[in-house]
Amino acid sequence: MRVAFFITCFNDTLFPEVGQATVRLLERLGHTVDFPLDQTCCGQMHFNTGYQLEIIPLMRHFVRVFDTAEYIVGPSASCVGTIRDYYSRIAEIADDAQLAAEVQHLTPRVFELTEFLTEVLKVADVGAYYPHRVTYHPTCHSLRALHVGDHPIRLLKAVRGLDYVELPRAAECCGFGGTFAIKNADTSIAMLSDKLRCVLDTHAEVCVAADTSCLMHIGGALSRQRAGVRTAHIAEVLASVEE
Amino acid sequence: MSSSAKEAILYRIRTALHDVPPTEQPDDVAITRAYRQQDDRPHAQVVEQFVEMTVDYKAIVHHMSEADLPARIAQSCQDRNLRRLLVPADLPTAWLPAYEGLEIVTDDPSHPFANADLDATDGVLTGCALAIAQTGTIVLNSGPNQGRRAITLIPDYHLCVVYADQVVSIVPEAIAALRSSVVEQGKPLTFISGPSATSDIELNRVEGVHGPRTLEVIVVERDPQG
Amino acid sequence: MASALIPLIPFPEAAKTALADTQLRRNLGKATQTIRAKRAAVVDEMDDWEELREAGRALKDRVLRHLDQYLLQLEESVQRAGGHVHWARDAAEATRIVAEIAKSHDAREVVKVKSLATDEIRLNDGLAAEGIQAIETDLAELIIQLAGEHSSHILVPAIHKNRSEIREIFRRKLADTEDLTDIPADLAAAARRHLRQKFLTTKVAISGANFGVAETGTICVVESEGNGRMCLTLPPVLVTVMGIEKLIPTWQDFEVYMQLLPRSSTGERMNPYTTFWTGVAEGDGPQEFHLILLDNGRTHTLADQIGRQALHCIRCSACLNICPVYERTGGHAYGSVYPGPIGAILTPLLVGVEHAPSLPYASSLCGACYEVCPVKINIPEVLVHLRAEVVRHYQATKGINTYAYAESVVMKMLAYTFADRTRYETAQKLARFGQGPFVSEGKIGNLPGLLSGWSTMRDLRPVPQQSFRDWWRSRNEQ
Repeated sequence: MRVAFFITCFNDTLFPEVGQATVRLLERLGHTVDFPLDQTCCGQMHFNTGYQLEIIPLMRHFVRVFDTAEYIVGPSASCVGTIRDYYSRIAEIADDAQLAAEVQHLTPRVFELTEFLTEVLKVADVGAYYPHRVTYHPTCHSLRALHVGDHPIRLLKAVRGLDYVELPRAAECCGFGGTFAIKNADTSIAMLSDKLRCVLDTHAEVCVAADTSCLMHIGGALSRQRAGVRTAHIAEVLASVEE
Repeated sequence: MSSSAKEAILYRIRTALHDVPPTEQPDDVAITRAYRQQDDRPHAQVVEQFVEMTVDYKAIVHHMSEADLPARIAQSCQDRNLRRLLVPADLPTAWLPAYEGLEIVTDDPSHPFANADLDATDGVLTGCALAIAQTGTIVLNSGPNQGRRAITLIPDYHLCVVYADQVVSIVPEAIAALRSSVVEQGKPLTFISGPSATSDIELNRVEGVHGPRTLEVIVVERDPQG
Repeated sequence: MASALIPLIPFPEAAKTALADTQLRRNLGKATQTIRAKRAAVVDEMDDWEELREAGRALKDRVLRHLDQYLLQLEESVQRAGGHVHWARDAAEATRIVAEIAKSHDAREVVKVKSLATDEIRLNDGLAAEGIQAIETDLAELIIQLAGEHSSHILVPAIHKNRSEIREIFRRKLADTEDLTDIPADLAAAARRHLRQKFLTTKVAISGANFGVAETGTICVVESEGNGRMCLTLPPVLVTVMGIEKLIPTWQDFEVYMQLLPRSSTGERMNPYTTFWTGVAEGDGPQEFHLILLDNGRTHTLADQIGRQALHCIRCSACLNICPVYERTGGHAYGSVYPGPIGAILTPLLVGVEHAPSLPYASSLCGACYEVCPVKINIPEVLVHLRAEVVRHYQATKGINTYAYAESVVMKMLAYTFADRTRYETAQKLARFGQGPFVSEGKIGNLPGLLSGWSTMRDLRPVPQQSFRDWWRSRNEQ
C-alpha cells in the first residue's frame, strides 16, 4: 500500500524521531511511504485558538498537497481530529463550494497512525520488541474525537518484551490543550500534576501516547522533576525491533 | 406592558430563526424514538425488580398476598407506634388498622385539614396510581386511595400500598399510562423514589430532609377471587 | 446591581486564586470523583442510552426551531388549565412581575425552590429591594444563603463546602444548633427543623421549571429533598419563572427526559421527587398559579446558529462533574451563575462574548463534556466557535487589549508563514538559531513573554538540529 505521510509541523520541527519511527514502521510492514515535501501545517492551533479566517490558506494548502494521495497517515490524533471534525466547517466559513467538495473528498482518506494500523491494515501485532515497563495515556483526541478505543493498547500489548501497566484515571485530560497550557497555565499545571501522580504510580519506565504535544507537556514536567520516567510516541515503540 | 413584552420576545425569536425555512413545520424536524418504549419481560420479574429497586433507594418493602395486607398494615403502624394515622377519605375500610391508642384521621375533601393539623399526624397510609420497576418509583395522581398531595407530604412517615398489577416495567410505559390523568383530567402527579433525600453534602446521598423521612411500601398480589 | 452572569475577573486570574485553596481542591476532587462513578454506573445500565440522547437532542432542536409557535401553544395550555402567563424580556421585568404578585397578596416573605433562572436574574436581591424576603429552601441554597456566598455548581451549589464547614455555618446562623454534629443526616435534620414552619405558613412560593409541556401546559420540577413539593403544594400562590427554552413539545416526551435527567445529574435511576402540575387543580395545591416566561439573553443565544444548541441544556451538571478544569478550579472561577463547560458557552452566549471573553478559553477542549451530555450539546464545537467570536471582537477593537492584540499579530504572522513551504522551512531554521539564548544543559527552562506560563513547571526540549524533512531529504539523496 502507498501511504502519504503527514508528519505534522510540530513533529517535523521538534520531534523528527517520531516521523522517522513512523516511516520505519510502515516500511517494515511492507508499505511504500511518500512524503510530500510541500506540506506544512494543518492549522489546528489557529482553529482551536479562534483564528478561523487565518486557517483558510493553511487548509487550502493542505488540500492541494494531499490532493492525489490514497491514504494520508499522521502520527497525531489531534491534527487528524481537526481535519476530520472541522475542515468542512472551515470550508463553510470560507464560503467556497469548490473547497468544500475537495474537503469532502479529503477527509475520508486521512488517518491517525494507530487507527490506520488497526482499522485499515488490520494489523494486530506489528512485530515490535520493546523490553520496558510501559504505561499508556490515551490522549483526549484519540479517545473522544477519533474514538480509537483500546486499539493502541492492544497494539502495545502485542509488543514482545513490553510490560504494560494500566494508567489510573487514564481517560482524563493531561491539561495540555494547545494554547490552553499557556493561557490558563495554572489550571493546566494543576491537571498535569494529577496526571503525573498517576503516571508515577504505575512505576512505568516509559509513558506512551499517540500525540507528541501531550507528551511534550507530560515529558516536560517529568524532566523538570527529574522523575526518571521518559516519554515516547507510540510510533517509536511500535517501530522498535530487536537489534 | 406584558403584551408588549410578549410581542417583543416573539419578534426576537422570529428574527433569531431567520435561517429556518418559513415553510418548515415542527414535525419536519425528525424525532427518532429508537429507545425502548415497552418491555416484554414476564410480569413477575418486573414486580421483583420494583421491590429490588425500591429497597435500593432505602425504602422498607414488603411483598405479600392481598389476604395478608390488613395485618401487615396494622403491624407496620404498630411497629412505629403511630398515634395519629392520616388517611384519604376513600381508602378501603379493610385497610384501616385498629389498635389501642391509634386514632385514624381522615382528610375529607369537603373539609380539608389545615397544614398545621396535617403536621400533627405522625404517618399517612395511601394507595398509588402506578409504580415503575426500573427506577423504583411510586406515582401518585391524586386518584383513588391517594387523597390530595399535601397529605403524603407533611407527615414524616408514608405507608404506601402498591398492587402488583399497578407496576409497569420502564419509564415510557408509565408516561403513556399517565397520559389521560394529565391530558384529560389535568391532575397533578408526584413521582416518589424512596424517602426524601439530599446529595447536597459532599454529594453523598442522605435520606430524610423535608418530605417523609421513612417510606414503607407494601406490594400486594391481588386475590384472584377478589 | 451587578449581573449574575458577567464575570468580574478573567478566568485565568480567578482560577489562580481557587487553585491555591487546597481545601477547595480536596472537596471538589472528592465530590466530582464520587458523582462521576455514580453517573457512569447508572448510565451503563441503559442499553438504549444513545438512542435516548439522540431523541433528547432532536426534541430540543424541534422546539428551538419553532420556539414562537411552541411558546404560544404553552401559553394557551396554561391559561386553559387556569394559570396566568407573563412574559419578561429581562431580569428587571421578571423581578417586577414577581414582586407585584407577592405584594398583591401582602407577602413579606416567600419560599423558594432552587432555581437557576431566578439566580440568573438575582431575584432574591431584587425582591429584597422591594421589602420582600426570599427564603431558599434547598439545603445547598440555604447553606449558600446563610453563608452569604454564591453558588459554585448548578446542581449542588455548596459543592465547595465540606460537612464541617457546613456545620459551622449552621451553628452561626440557625437556632438551637450548639450540639449539632457534622453527620450529614444531622445537618439535614437541622435544615428540616429550621424551614418547617415556613413551609406550613408562607403564602407565596417561587419556583423555576425543569420542563414545560407545550401540548398540555404541564410544568415539571425535579428534586430530592421534598422542599420542592412543599413549595409547589402548600402555599396558596405559586409563581414559576421559566426560561423560554425549557419547553418540550408533548407529554410523551417525558419518557425521554425523565430517563436522561436523573441519571445524568445525581447519578440516580430516578430522583426522589418529581412534581408535575397543569395549571390549577381544584382542592389540591396552589389555587393561583403564575408562569413567567423569561428571555434575558436566550433569544440572543438562539440567533447564533452554532451556539443555539446550548439552549438544549437541561441543567443536569454532568459536564461540570466530568470536567477536568471545573474539578480543579470550582465554579466561582467562572464568575457566572452558569459555571463549568456549559457555563463557558452559555454565559458568553447570553451576555455577548465581549462581556465574558476569557470563558470560551477556560477549557482544554478534551471533549469529556460532549461525551456525557444527555442532549448531545457539542460543547467543544461551540467553544472554538466562540473563541473565533472573541478573536473577531479583539481584531475589530484593536488596542482594547494589548495581550490579545499581540497574540493576534503573532497568529496572523504564523498563518502567513505556514501557508507556504519556503517560508515554513525558513522559520524552522530561524527557530533553531533563535532558541540559542534559552537553551541550557540541553533543555529550555525559561521562556519569555507570552510563553512564560509554559516553563513554570515544564522543561522544553530544544529544536533539534535536523528536522524530519531534512532527514527525509538526506535519506533519499543517498
